[in-house]
Amino acid sequence: MPRKAAPSASQAARKAATTEPVVRFETVGMRYGRAPEVLKDVRFTLSPGSFHFLTGPSGAGKSSLLKLIYLAAQPSRGRVELFGHDVQAVPRQDQPFLRRRIGVVFQEFRLLDHLTAFDNVALPLRVAGQKPAAYREDVRELLSWVGLGQKLNAMPPALSGGEKQRLAIARAVVNRPELLIADEPTGNVDHEMALRILKLFIELNRLGTTVLIASHDRELVEASGMPVLKLNEGKLTRQRGADAA
Amino acid sequence: MSQPPLRPGSLLPRNRSRDFALHFVVAVLCFLACLAAVGALAADRAAQGWSRDIRGEATVQVIPRSGETGASAAARAAEVLAGVRGVSEAAALERDKAEALLRPWLGDAPLDDLPVPHLVAVRLDPAHPASGADLRRALTAAGVDGIVDDHDRWLEGVEQAATGVRAAVIALFLLMTAAAGAVIAFATRTGMAAAHDVVEVLHLTGARDDFIAGLFQVRYARLAAVSGLWGAGAAAAVAALVKVLGGGDGLTPALPLAWSDLLAVSPWPLVAATVAVVAARLTTMRLLREFE
Ligand SMILES: Nc1ncnc2c1ncn2[C@@H]1O[C@H](COP(=O)(O)OP(=O)(O)OP(=O)(O)O)[C@@H](O)[C@H]1O
Ligand SMILES: [Mg+2]
Repeated sequence: MPRKAAPSASQAARKAATTEPVVRFETVGMRYGRAPEVLKDVRFTLSPGSFHFLTGPSGAGKSSLLKLIYLAAQPSRGRVELFGHDVQAVPRQDQPFLRRRIGVVFQEFRLLDHLTAFDNVALPLRVAGQKPAAYREDVRELLSWVGLGQKLNAMPPALSGGEKQRLAIARAVVNRPELLIADEPTGNVDHEMALRILKLFIELNRLGTTVLIASHDRELVEASGMPVLKLNEGKLTRQRGADAA
Repeated sequence: MSQPPLRPGSLLPRNRSRDFALHFVVAVLCFLACLAAVGALAADRAAQGWSRDIRGEATVQVIPRSGETGASAAARAAEVLAGVRGVSEAAALERDKAEALLRPWLGDAPLDDLPVPHLVAVRLDPAHPASGADLRRALTAAGVDGIVDDHDRWLEGVEQAATGVRAAVIALFLLMTAAAGAVIAFATRTGMAAAHDVVEVLHLTGARDDFIAGLFQVRYARLAAVSGLWGAGAAAAVAALVKVLGGGDGLTPALPLAWSDLLAVSPWPLVAATVAVVAARLTTMRLLREFE
């Protein structure tokens, strides 16, 4: 599979791999069933290590665009590339390995209510076949990094909105994804917490993770000073420093 | 700082009331299958016993010639038959024994005037039994008239009954297995529908289909094995009770149970678990196709 680059791979090959876009959309259209397209002719690229916001009014298609990236939906036309792979050409049994390179903070969190905070964060590692002894310390450290060090054994229903949000973020980043997708990650928190979360994303980005955040928190977007992709009625326009496709 | 749990929680949520219903159904199916298996063993043993008895015996009805009493004709026939190869013993049945055989049909009526048939009971050598034809030939050679009954007709009946019982048990087995498979497939489907969100999150966080199917397989195999044990245990208890209450020979001659027959319940929990694994896997793999 794609991830398993041989350790003996040449420097040149490695360099080529790191400059290849993490995400590339080419004239992508998408519709649900027979409804009109919610995304029309979308084209953009995310280069490795970049940080973008995705904004636009409610219903503009932000979540739909993100779903195409984390392989929860297929484009109805055009081409979506992930780490250089045409997603529609990736066989089903190989898709999990692509998904494991992407961390997702869902708009509605999607935490598992029957598992503790600790087990929720450990989920992507368990799914990838890691043993508890191997991830115990990492998960604990990550939880304290997002300020949930005292809540390891709490169940999600017993957490506040902001705590759930941070738990969802911890789960998204626990396996050090190459790409982090976050859908309205500050939708449920006050401005101060939003800034803290933003700082967390920026820190991850500094460590090399490519980041794409959907948000209509204008203040936050402004405060970040990061490039913005703007969606309106399914059409994408670039603003402020975003890469040209 | 609080400590992380020592053991990771189960990835699939539990639903105790639904699990209980499934436990119950699988246990009942296993119980019935076990009883059928034990019953089949006992029936087989009974059939074998009967056919051994029948195969080892023949009866000759002697017809006295004129100037000869029935008793002397029978005595002569017994002597002749005792000398035939493959016969271990031949004895004329005394009049009172023959009468005793007729009693159930005739009640208390006096039998003095009745021409009670003159019978010779022949016990055959179990290793090399003489055939009915052998006996007939010997009688003709010695000038004795008689009708030889080698009980073949009965043997056929017993063997047919035994074959019928075996076929019924196999049919029952297939039916129970199919029912258990169907009920577990159904449970997997409802379990997956109830855990749809969980399955979707697992899928989106990079779980392979095999991994997700494995969770359902383990869950239902364990459930089926446990309920199978209960069902098998209950069946063994019932069979033991039947044996003890039915006297030393079990529900004597009809259903001769041996203690070793109880072992017939032991493979069933494993069968139930295997059926569960197959049903859960097929169902999960099919339903997972719905996820992009
Ligand atoms: N599962 C679905 N089935 C059918 N239509 C859908 C589905 N999900 C979204 N839509 C439709 O697609 C359009 C875009 O929805 P989407 O969720 O992508 O918008 P959004 O930009 O994320 O909005 P918001 O800011 O409110 O989260 C909407 O008109 C919505 O009704
Ligand atoms: Mg949305």
